[in-house]
Amino acid sequence: MSFQVLVFYVLAAIMIFAAIRVITSRNPVHSVLFLVLAFVSCSGLWLLLEAEFLAIVLVLVYVGAVMVLFLFVVMMLDINLQRLREGLFTYLPLGLTVALLMVLEIGLVLWARSSQLRDMPAPPPLPENYSNTKELGRLLYTEYVYPFEIAAVILLVAIVAAIALTLRRRKNTKYQDPAKQVSVRRADRVRLVSMPSVQREPEIPPEAGSGASTGEQR
Amino acid sequence: MDLTFFEQMFGATWPAVWTLAKIMAIVIPLLGCVAYLTLLERKVIGFMQVRKGPNRVTFFGLRWLGGLAQPVADGLKLLLKEIIVPSGANRFLFVLAPMLAIAPALAAWAVVPFAPETVLADIDAGLLYVLAITSMGVYGVIIAGWASNSKYAFLGSMRSAAQIVSYEIAMGFALVGVLMAAQSLNLGEIVVSQVGPYGFLNWFFLPLFPLFMVYVIAGVAETNRAPFDVAEGESEIVAGFHVEYSGMTFAIFFLAEYANMILVSTLCAVMFLGGWLSPFAFAALNDVPLAAWLVAPGFHWLAVKVFCVLFVFLWLRATFPRYRYDQIMRLGWKVFIPITLVWIFVLAVWMMTPWWLW
Repeated sequence: MSFQVLVFYVLAAIMIFAAIRVITSRNPVHSVLFLVLAFVSCSGLWLLLEAEFLAIVLVLVYVGAVMVLFLFVVMMLDINLQRLREGLFTYLPLGLTVALLMVLEIGLVLWARSSQLRDMPAPPPLPENYSNTKELGRLLYTEYVYPFEIAAVILLVAIVAAIALTLRRRKNTKYQDPAKQVSVRRADRVRLVSMPSVQREPEIPPEAGSGASTGEQR
Repeated sequence: MDLTFFEQMFGATWPAVWTLAKIMAIVIPLLGCVAYLTLLERKVIGFMQVRKGPNRVTFFGLRWLGGLAQPVADGLKLLLKEIIVPSGANRFLFVLAPMLAIAPALAAWAVVPFAPETVLADIDAGLLYVLAITSMGVYGVIIAGWASNSKYAFLGSMRSAAQIVSYEIAMGFALVGVLMAAQSLNLGEIVVSQVGPYGFLNWFFLPLFPLFMVYVIAGVAETNRAPFDVAEGESEIVAGFHVEYSGMTFAIFFLAEYANMILVSTLCAVMFLGGWLSPFAFAALNDVPLAAWLVAPGFHWLAVKVFCVLFVFLWLRATFPRYRYDQIMRLGWKVFIPITLVWIFVLAVWMMTPWWLW
């Protein structure tokens, strides 16, 4: 067993363990963290296949951004763990049916292609200066440019729709306009007043003079 | 250098040993820089506020070395303190969080080129690797806040998560500009593509100036430094995500923050300021012995540039008050992302014209 195969088995074992823990751990935050672990080990597996662009992008997009937002939301939820487990037996038949269907489907696909899959060779090592990233970019923007652009437009529509759904203007919110705040000049806020100084009478006792002195300080 | 003796000594494990030695050669000086960066920060801010900063702790009682031993003393103090785990905290995650914070800050150095051909891992997708690794740094902060079982820490980690995710987009777009100008994702090749007859005028900070600015400011925000340090915000939420950490676990968060600062500054120097290249490209100085070495491209130029960017970080901290949270979000989403998008478009058009000189 070569070193690469050993690495494959270790990563695969960690990934399967993490994936199982995602659905079995009681605390949703732990589930999310196990999902992150599964993503990272999956990225390692892709690196073994010399798909370094996909591997790095998986970490960048899913681990670095999507899962952070997941964690953000899950941590904010006030989850009652007891109530989550209440309906287990009522939903169990439905869940089992769906799971069985999925296993059946996957099995059918594997069975239909089993003759090819069984002797699927390891991918041949790529030449020295082969750039996965460049090759992927070239394919996306030449051969698959229309599907790629259509997918991009669909994503854009989803972004706009999500923002439009959550955008509502409440009547009595107070908010600042930073452009206005930045463009404030001294003249808008401070007024210099020239006041003649008051000549204090020498015979006035100090109690009476204290009221007049406040005007002088301005 | 003849290494055959060591090769025979270690036998089959030699590649692993040699790689480990190279990693140590990067990490140990880096941690030294981190320690003395903390002293530099206190000194610089001290001078900006017309006071002296740390000036008591010295080596061997030499008074003119005043303050130079301060990082050593701080490190020893933190090392000897007790690590307290709050009640109700998740012990495993609580201890794991500082490690998750420091690991990406050190791992990203693998692809940083220090001088021509001097890089630990010369990989083609270096820029992407750096982005991916640095984006994982936020987990340390989030997990620390959640595992502490404390409201203040939790608020700090929430703020940090939202802030880092927001600024990462602008940062990524700034790097897309670099990638377009250099036509490569390899950091070494990015530096090489900034070579030209006009010295520093050939560096990318000129054609990519808006992206350079966005990158520097987003870098400050990504490292949770003032004026974007709402994750700590000691006036509102005590010390934010690391309020429950003590002793060495706290020290590791501290190390991670400063290591990230140095990393962001180095990447800034590599991508926009020509990395190890010399700003002067004059052939006239090549005959003078010392001047020729100084003017030649090399690691010393990278060090000078990194120092300048780091100084800007410290300067910002001494100058600006903390941002309000909604203003941080506004700056990230409504100012930086549009600027970068527009400039990437301008850049794409510009590169197709004969006026593209870089």
